[in-house]
Amino acid sequence: MSTTALHLLLDAAAARFPDRIAVEESGEGDLRYAELVRLSDRMRDRLRALGVQPGDRVGLCLAKSGDAVAALFGILKVGGAYVPVDPTAPATRNAYIFQNCAVKALIVEERLAAGLQQEFSAQGFAPRLIVLNGTGAGAPLNAALDQLDRGPGGTAPVVPSARPRPDDLAYILYTSGSTGRPKGVMLTHGNAASFIDWCSAVFAPREEDRFSSHAPFHFDLSILDIYVSLKHGATLVIVEEQLGKDPARLAPWIAAKKLTVWYSAPSILALLAQYGKLEAYDYSALRLVLFAGEVFPIKYLKLLQSHWTHPRYFNLYGPTETNVCTYLEVPATLPPEQDEPLTIGRVCAHCRALVVDEAGQTVPRGAEGELCIAGPSVLPGYWGLPEQTAKAFLLRDGERWYRTGDVVVEQPDGQFKFLGRRDRMVKKRGYRVELGEIESALYRHPAVKEAAVVALSSEDGVRIKAFVCARDSAKLSVIALKRHCSEHLPLYMVPDFFVPLEALPKTSTGKTDYQKLRELN
Amino acid sequence: MSEQEIKSAVSHFILNEFLPGEDPSALTDTTALVSTGILDSIALLKVVTFLESHFGITLEAHETGVDHLNTIADIVRLVRSKLA
Repeated sequence: MSTTALHLLLDAAAARFPDRIAVEESGEGDLRYAELVRLSDRMRDRLRALGVQPGDRVGLCLAKSGDAVAALFGILKVGGAYVPVDPTAPATRNAYIFQNCAVKALIVEERLAAGLQQEFSAQGFAPRLIVLNGTGAGAPLNAALDQLDRGPGGTAPVVPSARPRPDDLAYILYTSGSTGRPKGVMLTHGNAASFIDWCSAVFAPREEDRFSSHAPFHFDLSILDIYVSLKHGATLVIVEEQLGKDPARLAPWIAAKKLTVWYSAPSILALLAQYGKLEAYDYSALRLVLFAGEVFPIKYLKLLQSHWTHPRYFNLYGPTETNVCTYLEVPATLPPEQDEPLTIGRVCAHCRALVVDEAGQTVPRGAEGELCIAGPSVLPGYWGLPEQTAKAFLLRDGERWYRTGDVVVEQPDGQFKFLGRRDRMVKKRGYRVELGEIESALYRHPAVKEAAVVALSSEDGVRIKAFVCARDSAKLSVIALKRHCSEHLPLYMVPDFFVPLEALPKTSTGKTDYQKLRELN
Repeated sequence: MSEQEIKSAVSHFILNEFLPGEDPSALTDTTALVSTGILDSIALLKVVTFLESHFGITLEAHETGVDHLNTIADIVRLVRSKLA
């Protein structure tokens, strides 16, 4: 069955499997399909009562949970687009995002509400708030809705679910922006549906499947987790955030939960292979291991495959702007002599690929160039950034091709090999990191005169090194700089190393000489 | 092993590995290490590996998180309880 609107796939699955478990949350309980539908319907009705209309944006600032899943379906049902943020990120950054896309309402945990409201009131911004006393398998959301029903105006009247067109917005995911501010990648129901249906065809999900929900909801890996599992009547098993970073606890948990489909960035899989003591547990239920977001160091992939010998492995590639657009099924056993990284495979059936040079001309097969993608999963644009949107596309024969910024080469067998980035974006633990955004944060420190950031690859993945020059030759404390960064950036963007310099090296044109910085050791 | 010896070994390791160039006096017993991004999750794993090999102790899975390792004081307390 092909997907139209994202919330309709939940309602269709619930009609077939009302009593199956839709979302399972360790220690908190679970939500059956019928319950998830009921809760998301209540959310829809309350949002309409608060004035949310089709096309409006609604923010989500909640820990990953059954409550967050029900809330995002409620937003889709009222015809809105959900805007999920990282609840562990600084309030200044999240408030910027909500204000940037002018959310009409915001669903937020109580512990995070005050910080956001303080930021909002300084700007005279006042979205309607639905405040949850925590999260946990839908109970706090139900309680918050009960309380609103008891308030002035009474129970929210039941309204029909929206019937969005394929080009209506479904969600906006903010990614690191080179100008120092996060930018909103707009994605439509049609964009997501084309990807979800491709997953149905390739991974053949079944209602007995148990999908990991490892990625946070502001990260596009969550689209596969949430919608592919729920479309097929399977169970979405929430991996709590701290657990998801801790291989010693995660390894036995994956076995005990009998997960059948795992999807994450490679970094946690590499940690599981090294620190998980995987030989001690039974992973016979696991049938698919999917990873995306960055290059999987081949050494750790081999180590993982030596423990988990039976699942099928897939390397998925694609920026948030297109979701997965190329894929590679990894052989169950890699040849011992292979030390080259995996390719990113072939283009997915719902996408088309083109490799172009700097001038936008197609290069001969086998030559290096920038990968461009066309097809139904390609974003309409960035929120409120018409110039950046225009620059992101190549127009060819009346069609829009998204320029990924990734330099690739097409091999004779049709597989693409990833060579690097054109710009200053890197991937750290699967997250997009614009080095410019880190520099902007460093410049906000009153004692920093100049700052430049480079990314270095190491065996442990990408490490970020910051060079800082202090005003009046003050001595900058590394601890103070890390603390400052953690107040302005998500933790994965905080530099790993700081190097004090008298002044930054400059090129002949007076620009920061990043080449020289990379050579400094 | 005295509390002071444990503290000095732990501080020395953290300063060398994760805070090269930092003035040692800036790292106090109560500096929050994890919640402020001084140690990320990979750095925490290295701390655990160091504690196990240096002190010859074994940490349980539930002891490797932020609750037990957020400050030098937390870490020293954990190591002492294991050595006792």
